[in-house]
Amino acid sequence: MSQYQNIVTAIQITGPVEEGIALPRTDSPRTGKPFFVSLLGRIGNAQIGPIYLGYLGTLSLVFGLIGFEIIGLNMWASVGWDPIEFVRQLFWLGLEPPPAKYGLSVLPPLAEGGWWLIAGFFLTVSVLLWWVRVYRRARQLEMGTHIAWAFASAIWLFLVLGFIRPLLMGDFSEAVPFGIFPHLDWTAAFSIRYGNLYYNPFHCLSIAFLYGSVLLFAMHGATILAVGRYGGERELEQITDRGTASERAALFWRWTMGFNATMESIHRWAWWFAILTPLTGGIGILLTGTVVDNWYLWGVNHGIVAPLPDVYPGVTDPAQ
Amino acid sequence: MKLWIPFAASAGTLLGVAMFIGAGWDAPPVETTQIGYRGTGMYIHRDIEKQEALRAANVPPPAPWEADPNGEKASALYQNVQVLGDLSDDQFNQFMASITEWVAPVEAGCNYCHNPENLASDEVYTKVVARRMIQMTQAINTDWKAHVGETGATCYTCHRGQPVPASYWYQDLEPKPAGNMTQDRAGQNVVAKFAGNSSLPQNALIDYLHGDKPIRVHSLTALPGTDNPAGVKETEGTWSLMMHMSESLGANCTTCHNSRAFNDWDQSPPQRVTAWHGIQMTRNLNTSYLDGLSPVFPAERKGPEGDVFKVGCGTCHNGVQKPLYGTSMLQSYTDSLGKKGPATVPDFTTYEPGKTQVMGQSAMGPNGLPGNSALAAAPGDTKMASD
Repeated sequence: MSQYQNIVTAIQITGPVEEGIALPRTDSPRTGKPFFVSLLGRIGNAQIGPIYLGYLGTLSLVFGLIGFEIIGLNMWASVGWDPIEFVRQLFWLGLEPPPAKYGLSVLPPLAEGGWWLIAGFFLTVSVLLWWVRVYRRARQLEMGTHIAWAFASAIWLFLVLGFIRPLLMGDFSEAVPFGIFPHLDWTAAFSIRYGNLYYNPFHCLSIAFLYGSVLLFAMHGATILAVGRYGGERELEQITDRGTASERAALFWRWTMGFNATMESIHRWAWWFAILTPLTGGIGILLTGTVVDNWYLWGVNHGIVAPLPDVYPGVTDPAQ
Repeated sequence: MKLWIPFAASAGTLLGVAMFIGAGWDAPPVETTQIGYRGTGMYIHRDIEKQEALRAANVPPPAPWEADPNGEKASALYQNVQVLGDLSDDQFNQFMASITEWVAPVEAGCNYCHNPENLASDEVYTKVVARRMIQMTQAINTDWKAHVGETGATCYTCHRGQPVPASYWYQDLEPKPAGNMTQDRAGQNVVAKFAGNSSLPQNALIDYLHGDKPIRVHSLTALPGTDNPAGVKETEGTWSLMMHMSESLGANCTTCHNSRAFNDWDQSPPQRVTAWHGIQMTRNLNTSYLDGLSPVFPAERKGPEGDVFKVGCGTCHNGVQKPLYGTSMLQSYTDSLGKKGPATVPDFTTYEPGKTQVMGQSAMGPNGLPGNSALAAAPGDTKMASD
């Protein structure tokens, strides 16, 4: 009997490859001859392909590749085309937005942030094309468009950080650089400059939804695996036709916390938590510097900063 | 074939080993001290093994002997004593013995700064530098008590037996960007060796420990409209300076700040005030002392861009919050380093290594050495520039 209690999937389906449903004549044909990879079968479906690229997917990949190349080549140029330093310092390298003096200038000198704007344009076009493609493929399969809207939430945060907030602030120097450590440094410096994002209520919400997403994912994944021996992985059937797996899972949560989500609602919980993470986070970023300049002081005004006893009496600003 | 298992296991092992060995972690045990109100994260963490190594490396040498302050003045006994002429003969010799131990390489000894044929001559450049550094140390101990307190500093605080202190900085543009319309990387996004190997701005110390660029980036009102010119990039510059300070002192942010409001002095530990004076002091040392010596230093004592090696926080602190754990060496050298001698600044651009016999005296006698009385001149007589 099938068991689903391993770290990796122990069961693999093999047989004739699945080509998928026929597409209307207006769509491009799918690309590639499908094949099986048993290694990938351990973490997902062993069948690879065919892939539907279409013109949206192709354009998205082209724009994305151009953006990626601009960033990568500029990183390499930033260490004088030294291949060893490029590898050694890869995580340190970045592509900086223009300095504040160029404001919202459409194309500052390439050496001073021009490439950042061009790379940002190509990446944004790529991401938006991919979104349209996700939406269109879902409609084509007569699915709902939930995936596209969840993706749109992430795009919202991406655009707020790199485009909408810099527009409102009046210069692109406020935007995030590309690069591993550079974007992390930006994040911490952003919080420091604007008086500690910890006191930004939308940042609080975003973290609550982020941690909530993780918790929900762990609870749901664990629940389904735990009732796998009763066919619990057939979640969708069990929404309308509750079998013993569904009943046991529900009973488990009612016993442990008095309430249980259903086989259907748990997925809405997860979807909303995931969507609300970047949505609220983006609002928090958008308000920072535009309508609130120091979140700590804002928190003092609104009673969310705990007053502390004066542990270090007599410390005053020596510059005054 | 289950070949992937050994491959994955080796890759995982290699990655794990690299993470543990390569990243320079502080292995347990770590000593944690609470320095603030409960629940505010005001803790100082210190790696116990590293602390032991630091303690062993920060033991000051005792003075060679207790100097007798009585006796004839050095200015009357020796030629070309421009700064320490007020010391007694015994004090002068005791100080010369100490500075040799503190600064000169063992194999060079006195000859690291002196021409053994003529100890009075200024022809060895290190002697000219040493004289200016003695003036600098005297200024630190008299003008900058807000930072160094009564503990003070001696040559050993920085030099530790080496001709060049272990920690210094200079303009660092390496690796240079390729130019030709590619991005100039805005002075950051490579390993910044003076900012804790972060990817923060490489040369923030030029702005803050040499120039006087504003370090403060916070707005002091909750809402915008106060015209605060600092953005995220300026904050990264400040942060880079803070990383330098943190690495130099083996301290973390909470040593000086309550991290919930970095800018708020009311919530800051008193160490922040000391550090503030330290920043002002370091700016002064670099602009008034090190910069001026630029014509005297040979190329190997300058950075790749030709600027002199400069003082940073680590130059004195050497990885501990109080240099030499707060032991005062100054007490044995109060007459030599604890008060100011003549603060005369010669025109260093006239210096010619191997030729200049007396720095600051352009009108030389036929043998290149003026009479003794001219050397003991009062500071006002030969003053050319003031620090």
